[in-house]
Amino acid sequence: MSAQDHAAGHGHGHDDHHHHAELSFAQRWLFSTNHKDIGTLYIIFGLIGGICGLIISVLMRMELQSPGMQVFSSGQAWNAAITSHGLLMIFFSVMPVLIGGFGNWFIPLMIGAPDMAFPRLNNISFWLLVPAFALIMAGQFVGSGAGPGWTLYPPLSNATYQSGPALDFVLFALHLAGISSLLGAINFITTIFNMRAPGMTLHKMPLFIWAMLVTAFLLLLSVPVLAGAITMLITDRNFGTAFFEPSGGGDPVLFQHLFWFFGHPEVYIMILPAFGVISHIISTFSRKPVFGYLGMAYAMVAIGVVGFVVWAHHMFISGMDVDTRAYFMAATMIIAVPTGIKIFSWIATMWGGSIEMKTPMLWAVGFIFVFTLGGVTGVVLANAGIDQYVHNTYYVIAHFHYVLSLGAVFGIFAGFYYWIGKMSGRQYPEQLGKLHFWMTFVGVNLTFFPMHFLGLAGMPRRYVDYPDAFAGWNMVASIGAYIGAASMVLFLYVIYRTFTSKERLADNYWGEGATTLEWTQSSPPAFHTYEVLPRIR
Amino acid sequence: MDHTMPLLRRLVAAAFLATLGTALLAMAFAEPALADLPRNWQMGMQPAASPVQRDIHSLHHLVLVIITVITIFVGGLLAYVIWRFSADKNPNPSQTSHNTVLEVAWTVIPVLILVVIAIPSFRLVYFQDRTHEADMTLKVTGHQWYWEYTYTDAEGLNFGSRPLDAKGVRWQQGIRLLDVDEPLVLPVGKNIRILTTSADVIHSFFVPSLGVQRYAIPGRTIETWVRIDRPGTFYGQCNQICGEDHSNMPIAVRALPEAEFTAWLAEAKKKFAANETTPIREVAAPAPAQGSVPGGAVLAAVRQ
Repeated sequence: MSAQDHAAGHGHGHDDHHHHAELSFAQRWLFSTNHKDIGTLYIIFGLIGGICGLIISVLMRMELQSPGMQVFSSGQAWNAAITSHGLLMIFFSVMPVLIGGFGNWFIPLMIGAPDMAFPRLNNISFWLLVPAFALIMAGQFVGSGAGPGWTLYPPLSNATYQSGPALDFVLFALHLAGISSLLGAINFITTIFNMRAPGMTLHKMPLFIWAMLVTAFLLLLSVPVLAGAITMLITDRNFGTAFFEPSGGGDPVLFQHLFWFFGHPEVYIMILPAFGVISHIISTFSRKPVFGYLGMAYAMVAIGVVGFVVWAHHMFISGMDVDTRAYFMAATMIIAVPTGIKIFSWIATMWGGSIEMKTPMLWAVGFIFVFTLGGVTGVVLANAGIDQYVHNTYYVIAHFHYVLSLGAVFGIFAGFYYWIGKMSGRQYPEQLGKLHFWMTFVGVNLTFFPMHFLGLAGMPRRYVDYPDAFAGWNMVASIGAYIGAASMVLFLYVIYRTFTSKERLADNYWGEGATTLEWTQSSPPAFHTYEVLPRIR
Repeated sequence: MDHTMPLLRRLVAAAFLATLGTALLAMAFAEPALADLPRNWQMGMQPAASPVQRDIHSLHHLVLVIITVITIFVGGLLAYVIWRFSADKNPNPSQTSHNTVLEVAWTVIPVLILVVIAIPSFRLVYFQDRTHEADMTLKVTGHQWYWEYTYTDAEGLNFGSRPLDAKGVRWQQGIRLLDVDEPLVLPVGKNIRILTTSADVIHSFFVPSLGVQRYAIPGRTIETWVRIDRPGTFYGQCNQICGEDHSNMPIAVRALPEAEFTAWLAEAKKKFAANETTPIREVAAPAPAQGSVPGGAVLAAVRQ
């Protein structure tokens, strides 16, 4: 990143207090149009969603700790739990924090814009998520719950097999969350294209901005396809259509195609913002510019583009033509190349640097490792031949939790520790942050690594009870999950300690390694920043 | 504190990497177990009992070795970089941000590795697709929550295969969640065309040791094939969420030498003759929810 003009951005402390005094609580937090406040709302919302999802996953691990039925009263209750767990973690935890939270906070701050392009649209994007969250929870508790799995495959998701309103609540929740994401994506794209500070060309944008730009395009192109699919599902369920109903000439496999045309880009939607966050942290704590900036940016673009033409690798055993399978296999494996470029560029950024292993860096290095591990098992799964065996087994669960539950979530924690001082003006306790990392690292690896073994041994996913032979590794995974859950409690304590800390931070508390524009602002930044635009040289 | 912590962290990281490497290698070279069902603490795939599964094994071994090396390489590189370029050791960072040779290398080498994987992988996908000289055809129909098998070449011989379990009751006989009342019986050494479909929701017909898996989708018939190497019993389970009893929808395949299979076929035609007139679904609805009677007994009574 080039140097910036430090003249702008300061001296708004007076204005700041002025604004605060004017706004009532409802005006500031309910009718908010300020990107920083909306970002904060998103982060709090994502934390709540994540805790709900985590509680469900602890219940799931308690159930699977040993053979037999312990916690859940029926298979349907279990199916409703796994459905909620998946949807909560994706739509109400990872996406709100990484995209809505960090995106809202740092897109304007990093590109030198006073706010998002459409501040009121920004407000509605957030507030659509709240009723969506309520509806998802209703889907868990109304009637016997909505239990088709987060993939929602019909006919299991049609009115015969999921009767009652629970699944309709879930589908409507997805519509609301989808509209929220779409409006957010439109806002992000407009902001990034039109509101960069003078002199910040596309090739000078920070990598986090590149990541958010690609993510926003993925959302813009994929979410409408999901919306179409679930609309057809809703009319199948309630208005007698037969889009996915074989007896009416419909096709269940069509739903799978539509779902995964959205669903596969969706996984990149969750991981790309983390890529952006990690790049900045690695560069800051190595006190070196990012290695191969253009390669890094275009690797993300490539991942986004290729990510749209690989969806049917989720459907290798759905009876597709063998040539089609061969194509999707080849296309999927190609994604390993830009991903490899990113991994090696991060390591090259550290190479020759002056590395300080502060908590954010610890999470970032942890991210690279678990993401590599999750990435290489993706290469195994990409082979349609091997997938004929491991499809839908715990091997898949291990794979996607390594890239998401570990990868994306490590990205969230890395970003939190990196930016919490900027966002709040208070610093987290360093030793506790490190302890939080190590507890999480041990916990999640203990949880998810044995799942590779379970999958190779042939344990199918979404099982409430399993043959006794799978008991050993399931017990290990459950112990890991409890450690992981305990680390979340520690994290809440870290938040408490951070916000009760008396220490106040300087503008750029990470020092010379942190070169992006947000570090020219005070910590916390003024209510309105960049009233005079910075100039990028 | 600051002097001891890095050492500690390095030790933790080293220990973790060592464990991981050992575990991955153990997965690669684990000896096949004897029977064809999962074993406690098993780390690798179930032993192969079909040509397709043998090929899946060997491709998986190849890929596993490659990904293990890559993971250890990346992990080792990370550990080295953290150690070698720590702020203590290297107070003045370089400002290098480009190296064309390196960037080309880490683009081209992964492509070459992928080509190495892709060649056997494509061969396997086409090999496991279907058999062109089928000796017999088996139709598999998924139901909530049992499997129905139809021997289309044997005058429509048809029977249901149900779990030996009733809800909430401890398993009475056989292997819990794997044994069934009427296993699927198939001949050894024959090319068997398998056609899957479903009567209600999507299921997945998955027998790990035979390397067979296809969804059973209503309104569609999906083809795959198997040739079983040796006599034995091979277990599998439904592998696509299908509702309440998804986890209790086992598959058991008994493979017999050809002569024994022919004898079984003759006997089975008599035994299941009633099925041609009575639709299978009505004979035994899913076990009642109160679950006070062992399922095996209920099903035995129904069969008589």
